[in-house]
This record gives sequence, C-alpha cells and structure tokens, in this order.
Amino acid sequence: MNHLILFPVLLPAVVGAIIILVMRFHTSLARTFSVATSLALLGIGWALLWEGASGRFMVYGLGNWPAPFGIVLVLDRLSALMVALTATLALPVLLYAIGSGWDTRGRHFHALFLFQLMGIFGAFLTGDIFNLFVFFEILLIASYGLMIHAGGTRRMRAGVQYVIYNLLGSTLFLFALGTLYAVTGTLNMADLALRVAEIPAEQSALIRVAAVLLLAVFAVKAALIPLHFWLPATYADAPAPIAALFAIMTKIGAYAILRVFTLIFGPGVVATQGLVGTWLMPAALVTLAVGMIGVLGARQMGRLAAFAAIGSMGTLLVAIALFTPQGTAAALYYMVHSTLAGAMLFLVVDLVRARRAGEADWLTPAPLMAQSGLVASLFFAAAIAMAGMPPLSGFLGKLLVMDAVRSHPLVWTIWAVILTTSLVAVLGFARAGSALFWNTLPPEAAPDAPTTLPFVATGGLLAMLTLLTLAAGPVTGFMAATAAQLTATGSYISAVLPDAPDAPDAPDAPDPSDPPEAPEAPAPEDTQ
Amino acid sequence: MEYLFSTAVGALTAGGIYLVLRQRTFTVILGISLLTYAVNLFLFASGRLSINLPAVLRYGTETYGDPLPQALVLTAIVISFGMTAVIVMLGLGAYLAARDDRIDLDDATPGATDTAPAQGKGDMT
Repeated sequence: MNHLILFPVLLPAVVGAIIILVMRFHTSLARTFSVATSLALLGIGWALLWEGASGRFMVYGLGNWPAPFGIVLVLDRLSALMVALTATLALPVLLYAIGSGWDTRGRHFHALFLFQLMGIFGAFLTGDIFNLFVFFEILLIASYGLMIHAGGTRRMRAGVQYVIYNLLGSTLFLFALGTLYAVTGTLNMADLALRVAEIPAEQSALIRVAAVLLLAVFAVKAALIPLHFWLPATYADAPAPIAALFAIMTKIGAYAILRVFTLIFGPGVVATQGLVGTWLMPAALVTLAVGMIGVLGARQMGRLAAFAAIGSMGTLLVAIALFTPQGTAAALYYMVHSTLAGAMLFLVVDLVRARRAGEADWLTPAPLMAQSGLVASLFFAAAIAMAGMPPLSGFLGKLLVMDAVRSHPLVWTIWAVILTTSLVAVLGFARAGSALFWNTLPPEAAPDAPTTLPFVATGGLLAMLTLLTLAAGPVTGFMAATAAQLTATGSYISAVLPDAPDAPDAPDAPDPSDPPEAPEAPAPEDTQ
Repeated sequence: MEYLFSTAVGALTAGGIYLVLRQRTFTVILGISLLTYAVNLFLFASGRLSINLPAVLRYGTETYGDPLPQALVLTAIVISFGMTAVIVMLGLGAYLAARDDRIDLDDATPGATDTAPAQGKGDMT
C-alpha cells in the first residue's frame, strides 16, 4: 500500500498542531514552517497527479480495514487533479498573505490555513460519504476562523451569517446521510453505488429524497442560486487572501456534485433517473446570469470579485449539469481556470485595497494609487480571465463548455445566456477598471504599499493561467481521460471493493445508456 | 414507538426552522441547536429502532443493535457541540462590536471604514 495518499491530510494536520502549540508567538518560525509545508504539499500534490494520471486507482484502507467496513481514501484522476490544483493555489495565496502582512493582523493564521488545506485535501480524497461530511466540517471550521481573521465589526457580522448558513448546510447534510444509510445500510461511496443501482423505481421515494438533499447541500457549497446568499458578503468581507483561498471552496461543491452524481446517482440509475439534470441546468443558468449582473452592479471591488466567482460557478455547473463525458471534461478545464483566475482577482482586490486610504475598495474617485500601472495591468489580466476574453484560458474554457452543450435540447438558450453574460461581465469589469484606475484624484500621501512578494504571488497565478492556456492541448486530453474514468463507474467500484459479491452487477461496460437489469430481490433494507 | 419518535424529530425540526428564520442571533442559535438535536435523533433512527438488542460485541447472537449510527451520532454530537460554542462566541463578538444582534447586514456605505482591523478581536479565532 502506497502511503503517499495519506500525506496531504496528515502533514498539514501535524504541522498545524505544532504551529499552534510551539510557534504561536514566533511569526517568522510559523511562516517558515507554513511555507515549507505548502511546498511539500505542492510536491506531494503533483506526485499524486502523476500517479493518478496513469489511470490506476490508489485505494488506501485506513487501519487496513477492508473497504465497506473501514474508511478508504481513493485517488483517481479527478481527486488527483483537485489535490494538485489546491496545492498549486495554496502556495501563492500563502506567499501573498505573508508578503502583505495579513498573517500578522490576527492570531493563528498559519495553523488555520493548514487545517483548511487538510480539510480540502481530505474532502477530495475520501471514498466514504460520511467522511466527506467530516472533512467538510474540518475545512469549514478552519474557514470560520480565517473568515473573521483580523476582526472588524462588519467582518464579524458577515462571519456570523457565514457560520449560520454553513451550520444549516451541515445539518441538511446529516439528514441526507441518515436517509441514505436508512435506505442502503452503507456509507462507502462504491458500496452505495452498488446498492443504489439495485433499488427498483417503485421503491425510490426515500433515495430520491436523499439525492435531492445531497444536491441541496452541495449547491450551498457551490453557491448555486437560490442557495448562494452566503457568498457575496463572505467573500467581500473576508480578508482578500482568504477569499482567494476560498476560490477552491466553491469548487469543492462542484467536485462533490460531480463525484456523487456520477458515481452513486449516475445517469443510468433507475431510482433517481432524470432527477438532478433537470434541476441543475436552469439553476446553473440563473446563477450565471445573476453572477454577471452582480459584476455589473457591484459598487465595491470585493463584491465585484465575489459576484464574478458566482458567475464562474454558473458556467461550471452548466457544463456539469450535462453529465456527459464531454461536458465533464469542459467543466474540469473551466474549474481549474476559474479557481486560479478567481483567486488572482481577489489578490488584485487586496492590492487595490492596500493602496487606498482606509482599505476602501469603493468604485468612487480616490487619489491615484501607488504603482497604479502595475496594479491596473494585473487587474486587466484578471478581468480578461474572469470574463472569458480571448488571450487567456477563460476563453478556451467557455469555448469548450459551449461546444459540449451542442447536443443539449436547450442549446440556443444556453449559448445566449453564456454569451450575453460574458458581454455583461466585460462591461462590468471595464466599468470597474476605469473607475478605479482612470477616474482618480491627484495623488496624495497614499498608504505604504507592501513589498514585492504580493506582486510575485499575483504574477505567479497569472503565469499559471498562461501556462494553462499554452498547455491547453495536453490538459484537455487529461480532462477527457478524467471524464471517461468518471463515467466508467465500474472500475472505481471494483478498485474499492475487489471482491464485492455484486460486482458483476456494476456497469463494467462504460455505457451509461445501458439500463441496469432489474434485480429480483428488493433492496437490502436492513444491515442487521 | 415509531410514531412517538418521528413526532419528536418533526417537532424539533419545525421548531428549529421557525427559530432559525428569526432575526436575532440568539434565537437563530437556539434554532440551530434544536435542529442538531433533531438530526441526531434522526441519525440514530436510521439504523432502525429496536429494543433490548445486544451490542455487536458478542458472538452467537442472531440480531444486534446497529453500531454504525451510534458512531455517526457521536461524531455529529461532537461537531455540533463544538460548532455551537463557536457560533455563540462569534455572535457575542459581533454583538459587542456592533452593539446590535440583528442577523442581517446593512448595506455598506462609502466612507464607513469598518473593515479596518479592530483591536484585539483576533483572539476570537
């Protein structure tokens, strides 16, 4: 058994605890350990991506308990991709937080940061749905601390809203898990996939409830309309580097939707057929429209970036809601892009805030900020990326998404929404950019601008976006392989449960249109 | 027993949702507590309600109480207990900072620089 898969969870947990216990009052020591851990995680993340790209599954039984009874960590292409993306995002964000001094404006920044990473990695790697809940809680608890980092009245009040909203989401998650367990008697994802596929259509009431509850929970995380209300205030009022890290948090919702609704409640499952796609697609379109209109209507940079994040989630979920291999591949490419671009936009927001008096990011005339040209060009690049304009990967991502919806019955509606909202976003970003950088008052004594590290971090994200654009060919090839692997759920199930008695029942042929045969016996209702 | 149990879960959930929709932090926290009680009971029932069944520990018994929901409930209780403590502290901090425990945020106005770091509030984390 390869132990490498355990380290993304274990390493931040251990180092985070050590930082809290030993280095609470040693800023430089905590910074060193935090950066070293992030570097190590970056290496581990890319090693796991290399491992996952081979197409094999890496299954790790914790405590060496066999799969349906013990908890497993599973690495496939999708989770490897998400782990590598998180590790890649974490390092620039951390460097920015250090360079701008955000990590010293409150207590325990580095420990919370590492705990947050631990929760995110765990959520991507786990193969057990209750463990998914636990890792969601870990990352949320860390994010509560990070969200109110450095305090302030407005931030505290936004934090209260954020915590309450997510506590309700967690409660809903538990209700969903209870229902799932009551129906199937298992919480292992591969085992769940087997059991759910056996449920005949006439006994599907409870499992459909569980599926919809799970969708609602993940929609809260993914900020899908109408469950997005937590996001604008949270992202706009959180410290901007934290908001940049939160760019991956909405993607966890998207990841969970992708995982659960391909593996467990896949398109071929009779019990939940036609349940999710019909709801997800309209909601995603409305999310996209509301997000981009929000970009146009925002009066503050923070709000603008938050609504841009909502809009990009809309585009992403449009592609996911197709539940076709091509749509999934497009969604994954766009997911990587929008994570990096969203994070970059938030870092630019903080660059602006740091250069204006009182940390205000209102789109009103203000004295010309220091290094205005450099900040403006970074904002320009981030805006191009978020709006999906040609030179950067956002354009390619949107093109892939639009190509993937071609066979969908609503293709013209979807194209119209995507193209119109792109235009609205361009207008919104152009308005914000001109208000910030051109409509200025004569310069006066501006606050001291931070050192070069923030620029390096922001530029690093831009470099990654450029790389994603240049390497679009190999990357989309990898995404297509990932989507194919996701669709062929049989290989996942047989990797986790090598000697499952029902293994032949699993759709070994990766053909989702193949209806699974109706089982003779009713679903196993009781575990006893 | 099933009727009694489901009525209890339903009543707790209904009360919890009603309280969560209130406007003050305190009642919302009470509502969240009620909801977590409801979900804990619900999780417990997901392993089927049964009386006088032995634990899973013994060999040679035909039936036994399902151990997994108990483990799940334990996890859920620990998490919800901790989270209630966090939200109480956070709500208290927000109330002391804003002198108001309304749950909704006012529209921010230009010139109000309340995102600036307040002194000593970092200890809340």
